[in-house]
Amino acid sequence: MKLAFKLAYRNLMGAGLRTWLNVIVLSFSFLIIIWMKGIMTGWDHQAKIDMTNWEIGGGQYWQKDYDPYDPFTFSDSHAPVPAELRGEIDKGDAEAVLIAQGSIYPQGRMQSVIIKGINPGQNIFLLPTQKLDTVISDAIPSVIGSLMAGNLKLAIGDRVMIQWRDRGGTFDAAEIYITDIFYANVPAVDQGQIYIPLEKLRSMMSLEDEATILTYRNAEEGRPGYNGWMNKSKAELTKSVDELIKVKSAGISVFYIILILLAMLAIFDTQVLSIFRRQKEIGTYIALGYTRKEVVGLFTVEGTMYSVLAALLSAVYGMPFLAWQAKVGWTMPMDASQFGMAMAQTLYPVYSAGLVISTVLIIMTVTAIVSYYPSRRIAKMNPTEALRGKAQ
Amino acid sequence: MENSTIIRIEKLVKKFPMGKGEFTALNGIDLTVGRGEFAGLIGPSGSGKTTLLNVVGSLDVPSSGSVTVLDHSIGELSAKEAALLRKQNLGFIFQSYNLFAVHTVYENIEFPLLLLKYGPAERKKMVLEAIEWLGLTDKIRSKPPQLSGGECQRVAIARAMVKKPSLVLADEPTANLDAANSHNILKTMEVLNRELKTTFLFATHDEKVISYLRRKIFLADGKVINDERVTS
Repeated sequence: MKLAFKLAYRNLMGAGLRTWLNVIVLSFSFLIIIWMKGIMTGWDHQAKIDMTNWEIGGGQYWQKDYDPYDPFTFSDSHAPVPAELRGEIDKGDAEAVLIAQGSIYPQGRMQSVIIKGINPGQNIFLLPTQKLDTVISDAIPSVIGSLMAGNLKLAIGDRVMIQWRDRGGTFDAAEIYITDIFYANVPAVDQGQIYIPLEKLRSMMSLEDEATILTYRNAEEGRPGYNGWMNKSKAELTKSVDELIKVKSAGISVFYIILILLAMLAIFDTQVLSIFRRQKEIGTYIALGYTRKEVVGLFTVEGTMYSVLAALLSAVYGMPFLAWQAKVGWTMPMDASQFGMAMAQTLYPVYSAGLVISTVLIIMTVTAIVSYYPSRRIAKMNPTEALRGKAQ
Repeated sequence: MENSTIIRIEKLVKKFPMGKGEFTALNGIDLTVGRGEFAGLIGPSGSGKTTLLNVVGSLDVPSSGSVTVLDHSIGELSAKEAALLRKQNLGFIFQSYNLFAVHTVYENIEFPLLLLKYGPAERKKMVLEAIEWLGLTDKIRSKPPQLSGGECQRVAIARAMVKKPSLVLADEPTANLDAANSHNILKTMEVLNRELKTTFLFATHDEKVISYLRRKIFLADGKVINDERVTS
């Protein structure tokens, strides 16, 4: 086997440009696959970090009737904050959020909104809630996201009417004052949502001391359950991201397959051509003491070595590129906020040893198979005809 | 030495399929070749020279009859055993040299020793020795496409001789060479035969080669028609 590697290396180096063309094509495949997988992993990490920072913290308790996908549940999904959690809330390690459905009337239009009451002094989320700690006469201080502001054509300092129904079902209305507009990579905290001070919403709704969601800071396991509340761990809340990435990864693997197929086509062609052009050489190997099976092995090793050389070449120019990308990231040419999913405008690829090793192993295995397949013809070659270059 | 038999051929028949029938390339050959002989199979194209050389070289098998080379019955060898016989005991020289184009002269000559798993130091010594015999010292780093026909054939001889085989089979070794180069090559082989006691069996119809042979085995239509020994 050692000899096969040595000879394969000599043959490949001796073949010059033909070898390097294959190696370069294959090394591009290595690099692009690792980079794209790195982007997906980076997106996954980033989406989870953004969700943690903007939306879910270390996990949440949901009032048992709360369903974020059914706004009709909002009117009933509130309950007093469990006494056991008060200490955590007082220390700032948990925050209560009350959610109500309402309407907003920008420029005389009407649009449904979710009104979220949140503690202005909280520091679990990156939301600029400190801007709610403002006294404005005859208006409620509020912050909204940039997507919401864009949709409603609202800017900081604008006033706009909102309407809601309190616990008794009575409609009421008031003016809100936009104290800040935030930009977040998580559309779930932005689209169709208005943040106002928690105590203000509680008094508007006549729901003193009640909440819809309780978010805790630390994602420790084995948190206690509270009657009337469902504990949603961080893993459970980010499951949708995992599934989304999984679906996206599956879609992108079609691209990987096309890339690998192109590289493999080049190697397959080279192998077929080699076996046809190098018949005399094959005959000579046999005459000098190789068995036909050993020659098949030599040609397979030779083909597989393309992927070894490609991996080495990729390491030479690819490692600086991948490191640079990890540092500066990849900024998407289109506006990521329009995608409707937790996605930053600039994605930073994350590479792991597992990612690199698995990519290299997969490509090497596929290359070995592609190299072996045409080489099997050698096993059927008549050595005397091969020596004369007349084998069929 | 010359009397101990290295090749024994009895009633050898070799047939090839041709269309719906068969073509008989060798038709009842009986022959023995002793150790240290400098012999040639002589005959026109189609007389069966190369076929006989291929069977002796275990690259082909008899259709019937027996061929024994160095006590190995060719027809009964497995592919692995035949490869081992070639690797250890046989050297081949071809009309079109069959050198590895992408390897240097040194690497081409080194190849049989790599197969025999010689250590690096021993390999180097043996390759340099062969290079010196054949006068290729200044071409050591050249590749075959950079060499003349005569130089290529000298490399092929060095590759065949480097492992000091018992038997060298040379198929039309001078066919692509001019007269001067042919004589050089033949003189070299004659010296190697004399000094290393290696048996040479040629397949040829070249008068220049024939003039060097000490035994001339004439073939026609797959049969031995004459077997002459030259007494000097």
